[in-house]
Amino acid sequence: MPHLEITNLDAAYKSQPVLSGVSLSVEKGEVVSLIGPSGSGKSTLLRVLVGLLPPRKGTVVLDGTPVDYSDQRSLRALRDRCAIVFQQFNLFRNMDVLRNVTIAPVKIKKRDRREVEAEAEALLAKVGLGDKLRAYPSELSGGQQQRVAIARALALRPEILLLDEVTSALDPELVQEVLDIIRLLVGEGMTMLVVSHEMGFVREVSSRVALMSAGAIVEIGSPAQIFDAPKTERAKDFVAKILRAH
Amino acid sequence: MWARLADEAPRFFTYYNGIFLLQAMGATLLLSLGGCLAGSFFGLLLVLLRKTKGALFLVPRALAWGFVEFFRRVPPLVVLLLAFFASNLVKMDVSLFLVALVALTFVATAFMAEIIRAGIEGVHPNQWDSAATMNFGYLRTMLTIILPQAWKIILPPAFSFFLLFVKDTAFASQLGTLELTYAGKVLTSRGFTAVLSYGSILVLYFALSYPLARFGAWLEDRLAPSGNH
Repeated sequence: MPHLEITNLDAAYKSQPVLSGVSLSVEKGEVVSLIGPSGSGKSTLLRVLVGLLPPRKGTVVLDGTPVDYSDQRSLRALRDRCAIVFQQFNLFRNMDVLRNVTIAPVKIKKRDRREVEAEAEALLAKVGLGDKLRAYPSELSGGQQQRVAIARALALRPEILLLDEVTSALDPELVQEVLDIIRLLVGEGMTMLVVSHEMGFVREVSSRVALMSAGAIVEIGSPAQIFDAPKTERAKDFVAKILRAH
Repeated sequence: MWARLADEAPRFFTYYNGIFLLQAMGATLLLSLGGCLAGSFFGLLLVLLRKTKGALFLVPRALAWGFVEFFRRVPPLVVLLLAFFASNLVKMDVSLFLVALVALTFVATAFMAEIIRAGIEGVHPNQWDSAATMNFGYLRTMLTIILPQAWKIILPPAFSFFLLFVKDTAFASQLGTLELTYAGKVLTSRGFTAVLSYGSILVLYFALSYPLARFGAWLEDRLAPSGNH
């Protein structure tokens, strides 16, 4: 049984369809990357998965339990197990780093504050920010903010981590420090669904790569298959374009 | 004119007139403070209703919207007169002061609701997104994440409204509420020159508003270091 199974998912912004018939399954410990041109629906798929945009059609099944996006309890249970990191970090700007990381585990998951703080400090040390506990987001660089955001997501102890273009808003010299953290998580066997434009990185860490175009998955396979021997015309075309760009 | 003023001043600046003016100033202060505080409180409640989502809160949301749109469009004087005649109609035995306070609070509530709403909408929507995905409920998101960021956007327009509002309390004189403007009328009708009567009132209004303006500026300054957070 797949860990996460998405079947025939449709979604729309107002009347504009943005996802049509997306099916994808993710096994435990897998890193599945979504690639494709801007506007192809990669980020939208992650937003739909965490319930920020309700799907029009289709099913999402987590460990055999279907998610009902119109039901708060079902949605909460899903969000309890899937954490997302956004392109723009979305740290709470009125809270310092430590509070950003601890507030949800303490207030929402009702865990013991001292235990959570110790864990948060360890997580922040892991992402290289052990000395920034009391800093506010505005005092940090983009790369540092994104590392806090990753620590915040990990503090929720998610089973699946969704990464939405986490390096796209960063200055080039800050990209590596964030990718290094993700490599670390890949090494620990975290299940991840990753949207990224860092093709070298995608190729390196992914178990499978899904190419999206116009709201649908056009081809899915191992990194070698997608990048070296794409089958569909759409995939060949996309890969040729990125190769030309590099 | 100066000779007349000099002649009249000793009769004007007496202990009893002083007490009378201080009482009136106290009433204006209470109307202003009461209206601003209650208006901010109820305004916030209306905004909390208005920003709800889903069918469950459709009716309260519509009522909150209607209240704000109505009382922002009607002249405060008309609201005061309406409140006065309404309280007469139902033969309520309440003081004019209370009628004026309630009517002015309606007006302040409507304006503060708009000011607070604009402040809340000035906070980046991605703050709502990350709160939602971390299972924060509506009220918790509002109180712990959105409002703490919104209030420095809210403060400047709120204080300029408070300053306007202190002056709006003068309309209460039309009901016969003894506040500063009414006190001016009373003193002139007792035969004092309008320059002295209304001149004193002017100074007293200033004495009320100026500390309020300074307080607002102080609050904004205090928030400035965290302005980029």
